[in-house]
Order: sequence, then structure tokens, then C-alpha cells
Amino acid sequence: MNASSGSENFVVFDRVQKSYDGETLVVKDLNLSIGQGEFLTMLGPSGSGKTTCLMMLAGFETATHGEILLDGQPINNIPPHKRGIGMVFQNYALFPHMTVAENLAFPLQVRKIGKSDQEAKVKRALDMVQMGDFGGRRPAQLSGGQQQRIALARALVFEPELVLMDEPLGALDKQLREHMQFEITNLAHQLGITTVYVTHDQTEALTMSDRVAVFDDGRIQQLAPPDQLYEAPENSFVAQFIGENNTLMGTVKEMSDDAAVVQLDDGEVIDAVPVNVKKVGDRTLISIRPERVEIDKNRLHPEAHTIKAEVLEFIYMGDIYRTRLRVAGNDNFVIKTRNAPDQRRMTPGEQIEIGWRPQDCRALDA
Amino acid sequence: MTDNTAQTPSGPVLAADGRPLKASLNRALRAQKIRALLLIAPLLIFILITFIAPIADMLFRSVENQIVRDTLPRTVVALDTWTNTDEAPGEDVYAALYYDIFEAAEFRNHSRVGSRLNYELTGVSSMFRRAGRGVGRFDTDIYTDQFTALDPAWAEYETWTGLMDDDAIRAALPETSDAFDTWIHITIDANDDVPAEEDIEDFVFTALYRDLSNTGYSGSNALLSTAADAVAGFESVSLRDQFADMDEDWLDPTVMETIKVYSPSYTPGYFLTAIDMQLTADGVSAQPEDRRIYVTLFERTLFMSMVIMGSCVLLGYPIAFLLANLPTRVSNLLLILVLLPFWTSLLVRTSAWKVLLQQQGVINDVLVWIGLVADDNRLQLINNQTGTIIAMTHILLPFMILPLYSVMQTIPPTYVRAAKSLGATNWTAFWRVYFPQSVPGIGAGCILVFILSIGYYITPELVGGRTGTFISNRIAYHISSSLNWGLAAALGSILLAVVLLLYWAYDKLVGIDNVKLG
Ligand SMILES: Nc1ncnc2c1ncn2[C@@H]1O[C@H](COP(=O)(O)OP(=O)(O)OP(=O)(O)O)[C@@H](O)[C@H]1O
Ligand SMILES: [Mg+2]
Repeated sequence: MNASSGSENFVVFDRVQKSYDGETLVVKDLNLSIGQGEFLTMLGPSGSGKTTCLMMLAGFETATHGEILLDGQPINNIPPHKRGIGMVFQNYALFPHMTVAENLAFPLQVRKIGKSDQEAKVKRALDMVQMGDFGGRRPAQLSGGQQQRIALARALVFEPELVLMDEPLGALDKQLREHMQFEITNLAHQLGITTVYVTHDQTEALTMSDRVAVFDDGRIQQLAPPDQLYEAPENSFVAQFIGENNTLMGTVKEMSDDAAVVQLDDGEVIDAVPVNVKKVGDRTLISIRPERVEIDKNRLHPEAHTIKAEVLEFIYMGDIYRTRLRVAGNDNFVIKTRNAPDQRRMTPGEQIEIGWRPQDCRALDA
Repeated sequence: MTDNTAQTPSGPVLAADGRPLKASLNRALRAQKIRALLLIAPLLIFILITFIAPIADMLFRSVENQIVRDTLPRTVVALDTWTNTDEAPGEDVYAALYYDIFEAAEFRNHSRVGSRLNYELTGVSSMFRRAGRGVGRFDTDIYTDQFTALDPAWAEYETWTGLMDDDAIRAALPETSDAFDTWIHITIDANDDVPAEEDIEDFVFTALYRDLSNTGYSGSNALLSTAADAVAGFESVSLRDQFADMDEDWLDPTVMETIKVYSPSYTPGYFLTAIDMQLTADGVSAQPEDRRIYVTLFERTLFMSMVIMGSCVLLGYPIAFLLANLPTRVSNLLLILVLLPFWTSLLVRTSAWKVLLQQQGVINDVLVWIGLVADDNRLQLINNQTGTIIAMTHILLPFMILPLYSVMQTIPPTYVRAAKSLGATNWTAFWRVYFPQSVPGIGAGCILVFILSIGYYITPELVGGRTGTFISNRIAYHISSSLNWGLAAALGSILLAVVLLLYWAYDKLVGIDNVKLG
């Protein structure tokens, strides 16, 4: 990232650490730059410190060490209400004693914006989330999805440049969630707002974000655009956390800069891209995406290594076939093949040979 | 938005078996209701017997007044015709009073009716007590002597029973037959004697004399005819004077007026007294200035309860807020401190306040020591309203803190955070977002504290002195000291009505649905 450009470094976490109890670090050495207008998602398992990071940014928690910069300004000592950051909470936090319109007018009132201006902005915000007719209702009279939209509208009505969302779609059912994902990203891009979005749903992270920061154990494990994250995970945690993934254990046999030969634990030898293995003899975890496994030998490089596999289970899933194999002693090796007219359906018990392009097979830390 | 589904055709919805759905539902719910009723039945019966019934009885006492009519029936009838209440009534009334008191004295009822009337007019009690003893010594024995002198048969019991068996004679001598029946009743029921063996009392001869001299006798009985002719020459005695000799006050029209006014079986008198009014023969009027106390007491009770409620809110709110926002371990500890007073006797706590607040007490000592008040000008903190307010605020504080705390606990901290993220300062976030959500707790606490304090009794009694007592102290006084239960009941009923009224007003203004106890 280019450190000199202001818009590239709209939000900066600079070596931030956080501990609640003085014994364990919940956030360990966080370095992160978020560009203006970017949609960044923090993804990670429960307890990995996502909310904590968001709260530090919003000002509700103080960083134990390090600095947070907003638009070049250190904000460690600025109280939350002066940061001008919009926030959508997981349970929406719509004020139950106010109507929807009053909820939306609240941030405008505390900013002492004139009455007529307020009304216009509230109306615009409600229209923006297609809730124009609901101004007079109480939050309790709205459905979950409607409340969600209002919470979003309220976080945007005072036109903040940065919006934080902490698992805003967690309480919604799948269909509504997908719909809202689409609406949120659309709005964010349309308005050019910088968004920091927290979720532990990886599909959500992949579909919505410009970049995803994968959190684990208080650290960012990988920060990359969704396609890179999926296709080029940098370590075994990311590989296993994002999407479905087949893993095999092995030892590095030969190694150059961009290619390695790995001997699996049962003696078979395969090609892989070395990602974070250092030298010959290292234990490694091989990761291959199910849809990148090739069962048709003709489509592989003639010199590519192939290994034997036994079909254990065949599942018809409509658009794809999902086949479970036993490969090198691993009973949970899954491959996905497209449901096409010429696609072969395998039967359990069948012995086949599989292979892959070396660049799809990543040798990661064990 | 989605389309509305098509309206079902009008008419009742039917259940699967073709009966109206409503009826089926009701039938299904009935069994549940009966079971619920059976479950609460033991408690319901307990409460009915030990709580509702006594309260109903008390409320009934506030209007009930049968004692006057039951004990002085003849007087009550005789007073009906007495209209000029500036003058004492005539002989007839005193004759009736003579019979009534004589009978009541034999049955030892006279002092009870005296006490009852004493509530309305001081001094009546002793008049009745003395009359109970005095009526037996009235000079009416001259009638007995004169009748027996005329014919010794008059002293015979059989003579009387013979006469009284004759309905025509009974009709001719109404007062006499009534007196004779009364005498039989007294002899048998009050004294456990046999009438045939006893001398007939003077009041029976008095009645005979009055009957014969008032209306004469035109029947065929020779004995009576002779007597009727003779009574004109009898020496007579005025019962009015007899009463007057015993106590001048019997001629005071107000005494008779009081009996007349309180003769109905049910009276609004207690309620009127409870609001500083009085019942007179001319209708309702205000009590004399120096006897008005209850309205002031009611006002004071309401006012001080409000003040106590207000100070409980002011003191309790910050504490409840702190409790709700501290980590659970600390807040549980503090909660125990809040509850601690409940584990000490109310009397002990109140007495402790006595020690603290008195003029030579701890608080005054400290104030003098730091020089805030002069030694010769120590603050009067007890035995007045200040004392009651301080002690009761302390005692009722937990009743404010607990509902507040439990409501505040349910307010998620995200609301305040959300408000701040939207740009609100700490104060705005509190006032516009947190406070409105804690209002139900304030409501619940206020109702609890107010209703408890309006009926509080021990603390005002101990630290209230003369100016800091409540209406409940007056009620207690009437229950246990003056024994005027009717007035106590009336005061209690008014208090109950005031509480219900305030409750209703509260429901209208704030809405009782907004009250949460947790
Ligand atoms: N107020 C707090 N006091 C003490 N520890 C806390 C506090 N809040 C969070 N933690 C701890 O910090 C760690 C990270 O919490 P955080 O809420 O940031 O996780 P998260 O990534 O948001 O998880 P989730 O996906 O479940 O929301 C957890 O181990 C949690 O127990
Ligand atoms: Mg979280």
C-alpha cells in the first residue's frame, strides 16, 4: 500500500494492542490501513477480537498500546460522539421509545441541524432504504429486516464518512440476509462511504468486500481481496477458514522458488506451490479446493503427478456433484464437479486417479 | 409490500366439527380456567377469610350505627315529633328515655350507647353512666304506692297477667303493656328471676299512670275504671325534672339533638367527621375551627408522602444506575448493602434515627463541631416533619432502588453506545435515551414508596412529634385508644379511596402498563 496517499490511509491502525484484564492480549499488534471508500470486512471466528477492534475505532474501548488514525488524525483521545463515525449494531439498538423518524432525527438533532433540514434528510434516508412509509412506527412494530434497514439509515443519515457494522445481518434469515448484503454494498459504493464490516459468515465477507481481513487469535492472518483470499490463502488457518478445502499432510521433498514436490504421508508424491514452507524436509499442509481437483487425466499437464483415490460417496446437489473420496488415508477428500451433459457420475467403490494443476495446490505451514 | 390475502366470507368461522370456532375455543379454555382457579383456591380462601372479610367489616363499620336505635328505641320514636331543637323536648321523650335507660341499665348496655354518643358530643358518656345508676332511684315509687293504696291487687303479679292477657286492654294501655313486657323480659333474661315472685318495678306503674292520665280508660274492667277515675287525684312526678335533677345537661337541647341525629341505623356521620364536617339536625355543617384536624392531616400525609417519594427518587436513581452498570460481582455486593436495612428491625432503625437526629445527637454534634450551627441554636431535626421525612426516606429507599435496578438492568448498554456513536454527548445520551427507558422503573418505585408511606405508622409515631404524624397515626389512635372504630374505619376508607384515585390518575397520566418491577 502507498503510505503517502491520504485517501489510501483513511483509517490506520498502527501497532495496536488491546488487553481487557492485563493478562492476555485480545488484539495483538494490529496494523491495518483502510482506504477511503473502501469496503473492508473483518472476518474471523468467535472471540478473535473483531468487535474489540471495531469498538476501539468507534471509541468505546481504548487501545492499550498503539495508535489509531482517522484521516491522518490520531483519535485515541477523541470521545466517541466527536468522531463522527456511523455505526450499525448487531441488535440494531434502535431506541424503543422513539418512532422510526425520531430515531433517524436523533443524530441530526444533537448536531443542531434545522427542523426543515432534518425532515428532508430523514425522508431521504428513509427513501434510500425503501422505508419511506414507516416513519411513524415504533421499532417494535417492524420486522427484523425492516429494523435492519432503519438501523442502516440511522447510521448514514448524518452523512458520516466512515460506517462501522458489527454483524448487522446476524439475526436475519438466509434469503433476507443475501438481499441485504446486496443493498448494503450498493449503498456503500453509491455514497462512497468507507465501511468496516464485521462478520463471521465467510460468504458474506467474500461477496460484499473490497478487501477482507481474516482475524484469528488477535492477529490479522491475511488481508486481501476476496478472490486472492480464496484462491491464494497465505496460511493454513486462512485456507481452512475460507471456503471448503481439502487438506493432506506431507513433507517437502524438493523445493524451488515457485514449485515444490511434496511427499504425502502414505508415500505418494505431488506438485505444489510453496507458500510458507521454508526448506526441504519441512512438514507441510497441502491445501486444494474441491473444484480444482481434476478427474480427467487428459486435461492435466502430461508430466503432472496424479494419485489414486477411492470413491466413498456421491451426492447430487443440483448444479454440482459432490463426491467424497479417500485420498492418501484422508476419508474427507471432497471434489466438486459441474453438472454438465458430459460429466461423469462416479459410483462408490470405484477406483480413480486424480490430479491438479500445481498452482492450485498450496503447500502451507503445518 | 405483500398483498392482503382475500377476505374470508362474513359469518362466524366454524371449527372442524361444525360448531362456531369461538364456542369450541371457549370450551377448550374452560377446563384450563377451572384448573387455574383450583390452583389459586387455597390462597383465595385464605385471603377472603383473613383479609377481605375483615376489611369489608371495617368498611361496614364506617357507616353502621345500629346501637342507638337498638338501645334507645322508644326515645328515638319519641324524638321524631320533636322539631323545635332550640328547646329541650317534652315529658314524653323523657318518659321514653326513662324506660329505655332502665332497660339498658339492667342489661348493662347504657354505657355503650353513652360511649357511642360521646364520640359526637363530649360528656354524654358520663351522663349515661350516671343515668344508668340514677333511674332506679327516681321518685316514681310514689305511683307504685298510690296504686297499691288504691287497690292492693295492683301489687299482685296475677292481677297484671290477667289484664295483659286481654288484647283490648293492651290496646287501650300501649305504654303500660310495653313496660310490663319489658319488665318480664328484664326479670327473666337479665336477672334470672321468676316474675311471679318479684315486685313489679316502679316504671310499670309510671307507664300505667301515664296511660290512664293521658287517655283515660273507657273499657269494662272494674279495676282499671277505678284506677282511671283515681289518677286525676294522684300526686305526680315529672320525669323531665327527675333527669334534670340527676344532671342539668339532660335539659340541654344539643344532647337530645345528638341522639336524634344519630338515631338512624346507618349514618354518614363518621365520614363527615373524617373530613371535618358534622351532622346536625339542620343538616351538614363545618366543624368549629378548633376541632378541625383531619383534612390538615390528610393534606400533610399526602404532601409528606410526595416529598418522601421525591427524595427517594433523587437518592435512589444514582445508586440504581451505579448498581446496574457495575460488574455483577461488585453490584451484588452493593445490592446486599441496599438490602441490609431489611434485615434489621424497623423499630431499631427508627430508634437509630432518634439517636442521630436529636438536638444532642450525633448530627447536631458534628454540625456544631465544624461550626456550621451555633451550640445554643442546634437544629430541630426530630419530632417534626423533617424527622419523619429523613427517617422514612431512609426506610423506604430500598423500595425505590430495587425496581429501578431491575428495570435498568434490562436496558442494554448498546443503546447508550448507539446514541454516542450518533453524536450525542454523555448527558444527551443519558437524558434522551437511557432515562426514558428507565421511567417504568421510576413509576414502579414511586407507586411502591408512595403507597407504603401514605399508610406508614410506626416511624411517624416515633420521630414525627406533633407536626410530623400521619393520618395513619390518628387511625391507630382511634382503633386502640379512643375505640372509635367507626371513625377509624371512615378515615381508613378515605385513605383507601385516595390511594385508588391516585392510582387511577397515575394510570391515566403514565399508564400502568409502563410500570415494571423487573
Ligand atoms: N468487556 C470485556 N471484558 C473482558 N474481556 C472481553 C470483553 N469484551 C471482549 N472480551 C474478550 O475479548 C476477546 C475478543 O472479543 P470480541 O468481542 O472482540 O470477539 P469477536 O471477534 O467480536 O467475537 P464474535 O464473533 O463472537 O463477536 C474474547 O476472548 C472476549 O472474551
Ligand atoms: Mg463480536
